[in-house]
Amino acid sequence: MAMEQSLGAPQSVSLAIAGSGGAGVMTTGNLLLTAAARAGLYGLFVRTSGPQIRGGEAAALLRLSSVPVQNLGDRFDALIAIDWQNIHRFADEIPLDADSLIIGDMSQGPLPEAFVRTGARPQDLNLKELAKAIPGAWPNMVALGLCAGMLGLPVEATRSAVETSLKKASDRLPASLAAVEAGYAAAAKLPGAKVIGGEAGKKRWLITGNEAAGYGAVRGGVRFVAAYPITPATEVLEWLAPHLVEVGGVLVQAEDELASINMAIGASYGGTPSLTATAGPGLSLMIEALGLSVASETPIVVVDVMRGGPSTGIPAKSEQSDISIAVNGLHGDAPRIVVVPNSIADCLTTTQWAVHLAEKLQSPALVLSDQFLGQSLAVIDRPEDATYVAERLIAPAGGENYRRYKITDDGVSPMAIPGTPGLAYTADGLEHNEKGTPSSQATDHRVQLAKRERKLSLHDYGDYWADLEGEGELAVITLGSTTGPVREAIARAARDGVKVRLLAVRLLAPVRPEHFAKALDGAKRILVVEQNHSRQFYRYLRSEYDFPVPLSSFARPGPLPIRPDEVYRQLIEWSRA
Amino acid sequence: MTTCPSAVDEAPLTAGDYKSDYKPIWCPGCGDYSVLLALTKAFAQLQLRPELTSVVSGIGCSSRIPAYTSTYGFHGVHGRSLAAATGLKISRPDMTVVVTGGDGDGYSIGGNHFLHACRRNVDMTYIVMDNHVYGMTKGQPSPTTEPDWNSKLSPGGTGLRAFHPMVIALAAGANFVARAFAGDPNGTADIIAQAIKAPGFSFVEILSPCVTFRPEQRDWKSVARPSPVPPTNDGARAARRLMTDDGFNIGVLYQGERPPYQPPVGKARRTVADLEREFAL
Ligand SMILES: Cc1ncc(C[n+]2csc(CCOP(=O)(O)OP(=O)(O)O)c2C)c(N)n1
Ligand code: SF4
Repeated sequence: MAMEQSLGAPQSVSLAIAGSGGAGVMTTGNLLLTAAARAGLYGLFVRTSGPQIRGGEAAALLRLSSVPVQNLGDRFDALIAIDWQNIHRFADEIPLDADSLIIGDMSQGPLPEAFVRTGARPQDLNLKELAKAIPGAWPNMVALGLCAGMLGLPVEATRSAVETSLKKASDRLPASLAAVEAGYAAAAKLPGAKVIGGEAGKKRWLITGNEAAGYGAVRGGVRFVAAYPITPATEVLEWLAPHLVEVGGVLVQAEDELASINMAIGASYGGTPSLTATAGPGLSLMIEALGLSVASETPIVVVDVMRGGPSTGIPAKSEQSDISIAVNGLHGDAPRIVVVPNSIADCLTTTQWAVHLAEKLQSPALVLSDQFLGQSLAVIDRPEDATYVAERLIAPAGGENYRRYKITDDGVSPMAIPGTPGLAYTADGLEHNEKGTPSSQATDHRVQLAKRERKLSLHDYGDYWADLEGEGELAVITLGSTTGPVREAIARAARDGVKVRLLAVRLLAPVRPEHFAKALDGAKRILVVEQNHSRQFYRYLRSEYDFPVPLSSFARPGPLPIRPDEVYRQLIEWSRA
Repeated sequence: MTTCPSAVDEAPLTAGDYKSDYKPIWCPGCGDYSVLLALTKAFAQLQLRPELTSVVSGIGCSSRIPAYTSTYGFHGVHGRSLAAATGLKISRPDMTVVVTGGDGDGYSIGGNHFLHACRRNVDMTYIVMDNHVYGMTKGQPSPTTEPDWNSKLSPGGTGLRAFHPMVIALAAGANFVARAFAGDPNGTADIIAQAIKAPGFSFVEILSPCVTFRPEQRDWKSVARPSPVPPTNDGARAARRLMTDDGFNIGVLYQGERPPYQPPVGKARRTVADLEREFAL
């Protein structure tokens, strides 16, 4: 079989394991990733399933590699089917070609037409029957052994992954291990198994972007979270619920998103760094209160894990289509911070940074994560420790004539924390004077608007505002989870001798015109890559920045990811023009 | 509730000490003036420490109260005061939190939060200045407006039955339910003080006339009367009383014994750095 290098990515293999609900393919995926990680590999595990809430067809999509991977690649080397039920639904998500292998029980019926068309080679293997031969064993464990064997993972790595996962059900362990062995034996009979070398010893983590965002929040200093569940953000909240308690914080489940954001604002007003996490429909409900955070200068962080929109849209699939609402979606002149993590690991530091910025600038900060980053499980290098923490400018007790919204050079005014004698004030969403007294005077409005804008625009965001990589006359501007495939496309182009610059924008708002100008200095062609239909990022860039050359747009909505090859081909075409 | 240290070395605070120097924007004769007076009297009665007291509100004439007090205040968006107050109280259990607002703010746009605040039973006091009208937006019917009350927005009346806030509060689980009348600031102050002292979520519905859009409410003084029965801790009994309530029985109806919702905060068992262990391979 041909698990050769897929288009230029060094040493990488992509596998899909599919089956009907209850077949346990997600367990297989999880264990395979864990086993690969223990063997020193990096990898990514994406879950996908049909429309049923539970019990429908499901597929575990994995990419394993000797280097960290941030996307699933262009194609799959193998599709392993425990059964065929409704598997055709995944045809778009699991691109196969003539070099791919489809492994499954061919006696179950004909291969779905969508897969036959790809030219992939069928390989008859009845996983259910292999499992049946071992009392108490499940086909998904045979599949685990099969995949691990095909990848050449050491048996001990796979065994130990299974042992850890069955710690609390040790009675099932012998049968499971026997099934894994049967899988390895089957793999040995397949031609040309691919071995990718791993590098053990490095400090690595197994983590999802949603967990990383939760941990980043705690690291930044968040100790109050209000929550209303929504796909695909729920895991941020579920991770935070027990862990906040451990560090002395608290998570409250609210009755809706109107409540969750207002609770968080109330807690922040009380002095506690606060956060909520949601997705598009919830963000829409939170917009009014985000304006309250702006006007009352109460720090707050909102993690928006983007999914397909508008309305309820496509809940469990990724799309970068909340860019416009994030940068524009408040009434009035309402400056806000919007940051975008560009990898699973970066969900940690970017969220931590958002907490730092919100607190420092007494402002709302939105973190635009997305379903791909949030819900994919990855093996990553342990992220470097960032120093971003909550440091609010607090008014000291004892001052006379306290003015909460005092006009200052940098726009940030010392904030009194309730409990401080002598500084009592009323935080207000009504326009106000420096004391906080409601005012509709033209001057008060003007100076307060300018102050709130100034504190964001004057802040020194440092180098973290973007990832600027490489050089060349061709440049790609992108953001968020699209950065992964774009990076890979640029690396491939580099191997072809085509130099391309990458600008992955982390700080979406406020705008950084001088930084942009410097980053793109000398660029002759610029491509803006994003995952939505209406080119929200491209249009935002055009409305806010002057560019030396016209921008080109590469935009496609979810649910399918943007793949490296699509971007690579565009770059190569440009390089020849 | 955090009261002032013993008055031995400091003169006790008066109601006036709890007022800010900011002049209310209310119409002359508005019931809300008396509620402000009653609120500050209650604070003085309890000798609350101003810096450890916070008045939280939404939007409406009645929601302007926070800035008129000398305590900390939060004037948020329309209908969401209970949510903001919940976040504040849970994260800062040392604060005494009082929420104020109108019938539109609390029963209409904020209706869902009202239900859940009663049910959640966080230790705070919710004061609704009920004038059966949207005052600030110049006279539209609210959920407590009579069905035949004529207005520009609902000519000829809404035809909808008015909502009974105390029935809802009781059914939803409020731990303390009372009605007061703005025309009696001293009586109202007593009820507010009891409400603040009572653990859990205390709800005080205050009849507070809007003299501008509901001038007929000036007559409330002739119909409001002390409730003929003392408070009960029996929810079923309180519910039966409400069945025959005409809306003008003044006093504490119900005080239950449900423990407040207050998750522990501030006690760390692990360091933040330690949490990363679960991700390490
Ligand atoms: C989201 C939103 N919708 C509508 C309004 C307009 N608005 C301001 S106050 C108010 C009603 C106030 O009525 P009530 O709460 O009964 O207070 P009152 O003014 O009578 O004291 C409305 C509808 C608003 N401020 N915000
Ligand atoms: S409009 Fe009514 S509620 Fe508002 S201040 Fe005037 S009298 Fe009071």
